[in-house]
Amino acid sequence: MKYIDEYRDKEIVRLLAEEIKKTVTKPIRLMEVCGGHTMSIQKYGIPYLLPEEVELISGPGCPVCVTSRTYIDRAVAYSRLDDVIITTYGDLIRVPGSSSSLDREKANGADVRIVYSILDALMVAKKNRRKKVIFLGIGFETTAPSSAAGIIKAQMAGITNFYLYSAHKVMPPAMETLIDEGVQIDGYIGPGHVSTITGKGIYLNIPEKYGLGVVISGFEPVDLMQSILMLVQQIENKEPKVEIEYTRAVKPEGNVKAQEMLDEVFEYRDDWWRGLGVLENSGLKIRDKYAMHDAEVQISVDVEPLIEPKGCICGDILRGVSKPKDCKLFGTVCTPSDPVGSCMVSNEGSCAAYYLYNR
Amino acid sequence: MCLSIPARIDKIEELTAVCTVGTTSYQASLELLKDEQVEVGDYVLIHTGFAIQKLDAAEAEASLKTFEEFKALNNRMDTEEQKTDTRLI
Amino acid sequence: MKNKFDTILLGHGSGGQLSHDLITDLFTKHFDNDILRQQSDSAILETGKNHLAYTTDSFVVDPLFFPGGDIGKLAIAGTVNDLAVSGACPLYLSVGFIIEEGLSFSDLERVVLSMAEEARKAGVRIVTGDTKVVDRGKCDKLFINTSGIGILDKQHVPISSGSNIKIGDKIIINGSIGDHGMAVMAARNELNISADITSDCACLNGLIKSAMETGAQISFMRDATRGGLGTVISELVKSKNYGIRLMEDRLKVNDGVKGMCELLGFDPIYVANEGKVVMVVAEEDADRVVAVLKQHPSGTQTSIIGEITNDHQGSAWLETLVGGKRIIEMLSGQQLPRIC
Repeated sequence: MKYIDEYRDKEIVRLLAEEIKKTVTKPIRLMEVCGGHTMSIQKYGIPYLLPEEVELISGPGCPVCVTSRTYIDRAVAYSRLDDVIITTYGDLIRVPGSSSSLDREKANGADVRIVYSILDALMVAKKNRRKKVIFLGIGFETTAPSSAAGIIKAQMAGITNFYLYSAHKVMPPAMETLIDEGVQIDGYIGPGHVSTITGKGIYLNIPEKYGLGVVISGFEPVDLMQSILMLVQQIENKEPKVEIEYTRAVKPEGNVKAQEMLDEVFEYRDDWWRGLGVLENSGLKIRDKYAMHDAEVQISVDVEPLIEPKGCICGDILRGVSKPKDCKLFGTVCTPSDPVGSCMVSNEGSCAAYYLYNR
Repeated sequence: MCLSIPARIDKIEELTAVCTVGTTSYQASLELLKDEQVEVGDYVLIHTGFAIQKLDAAEAEASLKTFEEFKALNNRMDTEEQKTDTRLI
Repeated sequence: MKNKFDTILLGHGSGGQLSHDLITDLFTKHFDNDILRQQSDSAILETGKNHLAYTTDSFVVDPLFFPGGDIGKLAIAGTVNDLAVSGACPLYLSVGFIIEEGLSFSDLERVVLSMAEEARKAGVRIVTGDTKVVDRGKCDKLFINTSGIGILDKQHVPISSGSNIKIGDKIIINGSIGDHGMAVMAARNELNISADITSDCACLNGLIKSAMETGAQISFMRDATRGGLGTVISELVKSKNYGIRLMEDRLKVNDGVKGMCELLGFDPIYVANEGKVVMVVAEEDADRVVAVLKQHPSGTQTSIIGEITNDHQGSAWLETLVGGKRIIEMLSGQQLPRIC
């Protein structure tokens, strides 16, 4: 497969690992904030290739993990309404809410359908005019534009029974909050596909205000190793900056059209991130112009009171403050087949990934 | 949020492209690349049913070339080291 | 482990951890006996002189027809293979049909013809059966159950449990992984994806017989069906005093499967196969077995993919394409298309 296989070259990976080893002189911690990076790092066994000095930690880059339990509770409540069809990405289906999850509701008869794209959800809405079709919009700047495109399409085509329940968030506030809170990191492996949309400008504050570098990385093992090397070089030379390793996919200005569509449909709002609390202007809310497709505005529902399970330290794990093994529930009460916290649910949540490659 | 892979555009019909990864094809919307010059033969990143960015072939070639040179240099140095039995770095 | 679920989820049928827990915590618990506790593909029964292997399997695939096979072919191959991987010679099958009212006669006939053909090729006889028709909507077109009996030589009894596995043994698989699961998924056509993928559905008793006839020391066999190669490997090594090392560069994944897995975020290691057997063979016999299997139409791509090791006891490790390492763990439920 072109543009994939070449970046999986074992020899190049080995050489990059050697360069990293030669260049690094002190222990450093690099944080990645992208679920896709967590997956790749785990899938290729990258930590085993790195010298001891380089520690990779996983940040709040998994949209499933940072989605509040209340969001799931509300989605569960929607799914229990007779005239509602829930359409969702597969990632969300097993995330535990206060007392249930979407896959349990599905087992109990709720109409919950996994889709690959908001366009599939629009088709469901077209074919089921008497039902309200709610699409669960999770994801960061990579995914939000497709939600924006979907909403615009719904409005233009008059698909009045289609709604988005937005949990979309944007990365930079989380990246800055982590440093403000004193999480010890020496650099960021920047999210690759978020950046194809946003470009590099959104990260400029990180070196300017905090003196930390950001290297926007691709997802193949060569990309990751190269990005780690670039960060190590920045740190050793004391030259923090925003660099793009993933030049074949990330333009400095990003995808301007996608940015315009985002701006057309969404506005910023303060949003609650699991593990980080409320972050200013970190969430995307549907603008009034498109309110007829906003599930939160149009569909009222009773949501059960929030119950956060005792002992779950997903929050600390998401901030890189604790490791999964520090959690009393890890591997005993909380396992991938029966998760308590969201970090254990999706394969790229820190706890699930740790469970898989570190036991 | 990040699962997206490079796919080759085999056919374009208005704002929909038939893209291939290996021998698997997928219909993706070109809505987000409306303002870009996109042609059959181009590679795009597909994510959740949309093409989100066009791959820059020149940049890819450049980066791969750098890696190949890196490999070649290393091979030359390995050979040198073996011949002279000394470490070069 | 206490049951934490009020209702059965799709994940309970996917062959991963949830399925495993359901079987252990409910079925085996209440049906408990020493034969069942072996939890092998086929039950090994001692009946005086002979050993019999006895197994059952149900088939609920959607769509009924897909590239490379259909539900009927699956129903025969699935049970024949469960018997064959226990080291038994499959002889007799039973077939039970649960048919949804409204299923077209020609579809049913097509399935039955396929079953007859597959049984003939495998040299097994369908000797008894049952038919039920249920109201429209009470089952999805057609469900088939087959159970089978085979004869087993006493010396081969340990094969299904792997009790004779020793350090240094090699792990062999007869070809590419992930074809069946992705072929069926592509055939469902729910995801706007079209892929050129053919199911590997096939009866493996002939292939396995040729391996056994070499006299090689085969310490374990299992077919890598639901839950894929990854599930067989992670189950095999659990709580054992040996470890498993697999090499990713030895695993064959066809292009169509690769592309579709990349697109959806699936790991081919956990995707279902219906014509693949995982064998553990003594080191000194491994190359010989590979050579023999390669002669067979279902084994042309046979390769050694790993080995039994002294270290990492109780866990299975994959050496990745780029020289890294990761654990092969049991999947918790079904793999789902993901965006992340």
